[in-house]
Amino acid sequence: MTLLRIDDVTVSFDGKSALDRVALEVAEGEVVTVLGPSGSGKSTLLRVIAGLQRPDSGRVLLDGDDITSVPPHRRGIGLVFQDHALFHHRDVQDNIGFGLRMRGDSRDEIERRVGELLELVGLTGYERRSVATLSGGEQQRVALARALAPAPRVLLLDEPLGSLDRRLRDRLLDELAQLFEHIALTALYVTHDQEEAFALGDRVAVVGAGRVVQIGTPDELWAQPADEDTARFLGLGNVRNGALIRPEAVALTRVEGGKGGDGVVETVVRRGPTVRVVVRLDAGEILEAAVIALDHPSPGDRVHIAIDERGVVPLD
Amino acid sequence: MGEGVDTHRAAVSASAWRALAYGVPLAFLAVFFVYPLVSILERGLTSGENLASPFDVLSDPLTREVVWFTLWQAVASTVLTILVALPASYVLGRYAFRGRSVALAAVTIPFVLPTVVVALAFLALLPESLERGWVAILIAHVFFNVAVVVRVVGTFWAGLDRRISEAAATLGAGPLRSLREVTLPLLAPALAAAASIVFLFSFTSFGIVLILGGPRYSTLETEIYNQAVRIFDLRAAAILALVQLLFVGLAIWAATLLEQSLAVGGRRQERDVLRPARTRGEKTVVAGSLGVLALFLGVPLAVLIERSLAVGDGHSLDAYRALGRSTNALLATPWEAIANSLVYAAGAAAIAVVVGGLAAFAVAGSRGVGTRLLDGLLLIPLGASAVMLGFGFVIAFDTEPIDFRSSPWIVPVVQALVAIPFVVRIVASTLGAIDERQREAAAMLGASPGRVRREIDLPVAGRALGVAAGFAFAISLGEFGATIFLARPDSPTLPVAIFRFLSRPGELNAGQAYALAVILMAVVGASVLLVERIRVLRPGWR
Repeated sequence: MTLLRIDDVTVSFDGKSALDRVALEVAEGEVVTVLGPSGSGKSTLLRVIAGLQRPDSGRVLLDGDDITSVPPHRRGIGLVFQDHALFHHRDVQDNIGFGLRMRGDSRDEIERRVGELLELVGLTGYERRSVATLSGGEQQRVALARALAPAPRVLLLDEPLGSLDRRLRDRLLDELAQLFEHIALTALYVTHDQEEAFALGDRVAVVGAGRVVQIGTPDELWAQPADEDTARFLGLGNVRNGALIRPEAVALTRVEGGKGGDGVVETVVRRGPTVRVVVRLDAGEILEAAVIALDHPSPGDRVHIAIDERGVVPLD
Repeated sequence: MGEGVDTHRAAVSASAWRALAYGVPLAFLAVFFVYPLVSILERGLTSGENLASPFDVLSDPLTREVVWFTLWQAVASTVLTILVALPASYVLGRYAFRGRSVALAAVTIPFVLPTVVVALAFLALLPESLERGWVAILIAHVFFNVAVVVRVVGTFWAGLDRRISEAAATLGAGPLRSLREVTLPLLAPALAAAASIVFLFSFTSFGIVLILGGPRYSTLETEIYNQAVRIFDLRAAAILALVQLLFVGLAIWAATLLEQSLAVGGRRQERDVLRPARTRGEKTVVAGSLGVLALFLGVPLAVLIERSLAVGDGHSLDAYRALGRSTNALLATPWEAIANSLVYAAGAAAIAVVVGGLAAFAVAGSRGVGTRLLDGLLLIPLGASAVMLGFGFVIAFDTEPIDFRSSPWIVPVVQALVAIPFVVRIVASTLGAIDERQREAAAMLGASPGRVRREIDLPVAGRALGVAAGFAFAISLGEFGATIFLARPDSPTLPVAIFRFLSRPGELNAGQAYALAVILMAVVGASVLLVERIRVLRPGWR
């Protein structure tokens, strides 16, 4: 059942289009991630849904009600800000309890609920800490707890892990995925990082230049990117003759003696478990291969190339 | 249904709030600033029988001499101040050392000192041959303004990325080359900002020139006072005031253009770039430049205290004991002058905080046409100078429709007017420093706009209002240029009493002037120290 619907939303700043007739639906209990490069309009989309940015045209519907002209404080939507935007003049408990106080909860209720949320995000006992003394990861957890406290119908997250270092980010990513599942959250999560988008999203919406380019499950997107730009943005580099050749479908064999073969290795970069090998073919084109091996060719080696047909995807 | 009523009520309270935040400051400025200014214009430009044409005043060689002296002493004071302040700015902007924050607070002291106190300190310090004249004026201006340059340039310097000059070094630039080609261009906006403030202060300096200038040296400010109070030619005073306004307007306009053309884009460094001095040379530079500055700022004040105790060849508290007795110099005892000053300054601070605080909320809240108008209007009293305000009050409120001269409120009101631009600056910059997302975050958690103001803006502004009240109180205590026009003879303020004692011959009169200056310095110093404490007690807010 659709809980949040964005209907043909258009926003422009000084004549420059930030969102161009964007439509999107989020079902109850679903997490949709919005993936796009910076400047693609994804943060503007969140601000429109939150009510912090008025769209030039289009509507936002929550549970079937048009909320386009409802002010942010009456929408019942939560937002986790980029860089957290915690209230520095209040401690952890007052940050998390802020939304509860706004809706008039009693002191006891607030204390109980704050305790619950601190447990949920793994910061039990942090009630009276000043937020200025928290580490980046702890601030991120407090920001999440603060947004979750009033039990919003929909939670919006704007690059919440953007400013954290890689190791911490990976850990929080796992925790977030578990948490989202645990509390059956309806959420829209904006990021420029495809790893985050694919790890957290039930569905992923790829945006570029103010439009939703493609939307689907991670597997669908991975199997069939909508177009060349999307394929490139997802890091699937080999596009030729209207088809995508997956790097992992390219097999390389080193030719001994420096003669024969199809091309010469230009660069070799290890990226985690795989090695990216860029080959310049004798015809002059570039082909990228992803090799899962400790024994891989080196720059200057000549190589034979074999392509697995299952890894060739025609693009529209 | 309930939703509709609630929305309506929120809209009404929002517009009531806006009316208050704009209306009160605008009305206050209209009556107490625009109207007196218009009165000066009217007095200066309308011609009537028995009145010389405005051009007679303008073409008078005396006027030309005054304008010329006003200009060159302001330029010379500005250049000297920057030269004197640069070493300390460098040290405070680049090095971490114990007592750095104390040093920053200490260099600020001269700036908050009343001009009358500064003038008396140099009167006490300088040899008789230099006591009155342009040398004394320039030295006093440098003393007074060094703080501005050190604060503005030093803190800007501390925000410059150290790695930029390190990059220049790796590219082969020596220290001097790097200073000239990298650091100074980057500092230019701060230098220009500091220079324009110093220029304006020196151009409109009143107390220092009146006391140290002697009979020979006169600036536009002191000449307005001479014409209005001593010669009683209100029309000539009005024309000089217009000339002054014109020059100040030009200077502000030029400063704005200069700052715009020098502005350098790019992100400011956020983390601290200060490091301790390591080599012997660096330690010498730090200790030397701070030591010299400490002597320059400390000695005059020490001599002032010494002089207040000097009697013949020895020392005694005679001058202080005499403060309780009535005197020929005043229609009140000096102790009554102290009490007057405290009461007036408290009233002025209250007015300035209410009017300036509301204006700050209005200015920080939006970017509309009304806001820009209010913003500009609030800054003019800074340049219009205290003497002009006092003189404007004299002309405007002397007769119908508004006879305000005899009201005891007139002194606090004019002092508040002088303090309001500072209050607005302090409060508005604090409000402006609140990340907009803090307000958005509160709204997302269910806070209505009024609630956002109460939960986010007010707690932060509350501390700023405290700081602003302290400054307004200190400024009002030392206010001299406007107050001297308006304080009634039977209820003088401290600076006015000091000036009266100084105008009379005799050792005891001079001694009492020095004693009152020391007391004024102590009270102002105490209120500023209190303010600094409020500042320090703000965790998490810069």
